[in-house]
Amino acid sequence: MSSREQILASIKQNRPTLTPLPDLQSFDVDIDLKSKFVETLTGIGGMCTIVNDFETVKDYLLEQQAKGLSVIQGVTELEGYNLNTYSHSHASNLETIDTVLINGHIAVAENGAIWVREKDILNRLIPFICQNLIIVIAQKDIVANMHKAYEKITIDEDGYGVFIAGPSKTADIEQSLVIGAHGPLSLKVFIVQQS
Amino acid sequence: MNKTIEDHSKAASVFLQDEQRATWHDETLWFVRAKRDKAAHQLPEWEALRDLASQIKDHTLSRLDEYLVQFETKANENGVTVHWANDADEHNRIIHGILKKHNAKNVVKSKSMLTEECQLNHYLRDHDISVVDTDLGEYIVQLREEQPSHIVLPAIHLKKEDVSNTFHKHLNTEKGNKDEVYLTRSARKVLRQKFITADAAITGVNFAVAETGGFVVCTNEGNADLGAHANKIHIACMGFEKIIPKAEHLGVFLRLLTRSATGQPITTYSSHFHRPKEGQEMHIVIVNNGRANQLGRKDFKNSLKCIRCAACFNTCPVYRRSGGHSYHNSVAGPIGSILAPNLDMRKNADLPFASTLCGSCTNVCPVKINIHEQLWNWRQILMKEGYGGTAKKASMKVMATVLASPTIYSLSGKIGRGMMRIMPWSVNNKLNPWYKHRELPEPPKQSFTEWYKKKRKHE
Ligand code: SF4
Repeated sequence: MSSREQILASIKQNRPTLTPLPDLQSFDVDIDLKSKFVETLTGIGGMCTIVNDFETVKDYLLEQQAKGLSVIQGVTELEGYNLNTYSHSHASNLETIDTVLINGHIAVAENGAIWVREKDILNRLIPFICQNLIIVIAQKDIVANMHKAYEKITIDEDGYGVFIAGPSKTADIEQSLVIGAHGPLSLKVFIVQQS
Repeated sequence: MNKTIEDHSKAASVFLQDEQRATWHDETLWFVRAKRDKAAHQLPEWEALRDLASQIKDHTLSRLDEYLVQFETKANENGVTVHWANDADEHNRIIHGILKKHNAKNVVKSKSMLTEECQLNHYLRDHDISVVDTDLGEYIVQLREEQPSHIVLPAIHLKKEDVSNTFHKHLNTEKGNKDEVYLTRSARKVLRQKFITADAAITGVNFAVAETGGFVVCTNEGNADLGAHANKIHIACMGFEKIIPKAEHLGVFLRLLTRSATGQPITTYSSHFHRPKEGQEMHIVIVNNGRANQLGRKDFKNSLKCIRCAACFNTCPVYRRSGGHSYHNSVAGPIGSILAPNLDMRKNADLPFASTLCGSCTNVCPVKINIHEQLWNWRQILMKEGYGGTAKKASMKVMATVLASPTIYSLSGKIGRGMMRIMPWSVNNKLNPWYKHRELPEPPKQSFTEWYKKKRKHE
């Protein structure tokens, strides 16, 4: 018997009597989603700017470029989109990228997490290897909690998807919090009110 | 037998010799526990979530074989290769086989308690493959040739000066520079190069979703993603109990996991892997290693519901005051003390006795495992099997050392606050019945609950 068969057989023999799968609830709450999201995100080390439209995001981006920083621009609504040119880039070429701007799909007020799909990043490494990450979300895409988020997303729509909540961090040295571990040193979120 | 059985007791005494450090360990973990409370209290539905999580896990265990097959079918459709390993050795051989086929010599690994359980690093090192643990805490202990002492905070037994010395020795950082930002950035520089130059990545699995054939990995540092995405081979290793039926169940578990672990609302990254990226190979190794046995032990099957949040560690007065290494098992703390005797009863007979049975672990467990009752049940079995006597004696010593050490009273000015930390759920209990009587009743004339209630009444 293969290990597979052995394992499955012994599980079948040992498994407890059937108990029912409970129905889920969404525990939705009637709160101001935007301010809750901002509060949570800043509490976990992220930065947040509420803007009326994409123009302000563009201004910020131009500022970064004016400083001579290398920027990957992945928001199609904005000029200067160049994400596609990095879709097959190797890690060693991406390592020097300073700032990455991408679209987020769904934002979660209770924990500051943003669902990012593979189609929004093209190259899975990009939001992890850059020094500074910027995610743009639409205000209408903020939901109260994870249950509402999973109602809206299809986790296997792409080969990969990720909830990103704040910049990379660690407290592994004597429990002292350090923002910026192996991934991005900062996360900035633009909430676009009209889109 | 005596030698191994006294290990926890001896190791605990050694741990307690550095009084300042032991106190720091105790207080810091209690602080993490307090953060967990704060996070839990912010959600009115916290208890409902724990119930749901517990019921989902119960159900899954009752149909585990079917969910595993469903998972495998979907994963195969997704272009992922699924392997099955009956024990640690087979797990290691499978992984070595994949690496060898690709002539992979350098591997980056993110946190996986399963690979610790299987001692994968040793196995691969013996086969000339180098593995770098990329979680910062694990990287630190790996450089020091130690084991993680905590499943979520692997280097919690170390202080800044230890890390500073270790990095000075291995990474050539400035001697005596103990700044945590400086030290973290120094490791960042080295590890980012490792991700880029490795040949393969290994990750753990937090949840595997039967209906979609995908798996979720949670990290704060981004190390699992950097490794997996930068490499052409990604191997994910999971104990078979990591399965959950549906994507929507992730909502329940992700809400509970990190709040229970560190008090954060969620980890920075919750990565959902379904299909390999273009040009990549993705493998999943599903491991038994004694789990099917545990499933068949009716008193202990619940331990397979564990989502490895470590809340039971942080709240445990014995863990906090004896340190993870004293448990001589890859998973320490209360849950480790239940899992370990299943793997080797003789070697781990002391562990179920390394507890005051105060029940604090059970109260914080997000999936509602009856941890302290299971510890009690193990004691009965171990006594019956003839391992208990020596273990019990050793454990008396542990308790005497761990809990009766004079430091414990000087930790805080007020005994009251101190007692709250020592016996989180027995404040009115003066000390624990256990401690006061210094004897365990002979099992099993009464059930644990009866015995415990009666004892409490007598206080
Ligand atoms: S037993 Fe419960 S509290 Fe302990 S690590 Fe597992 S899930 Fe967390």
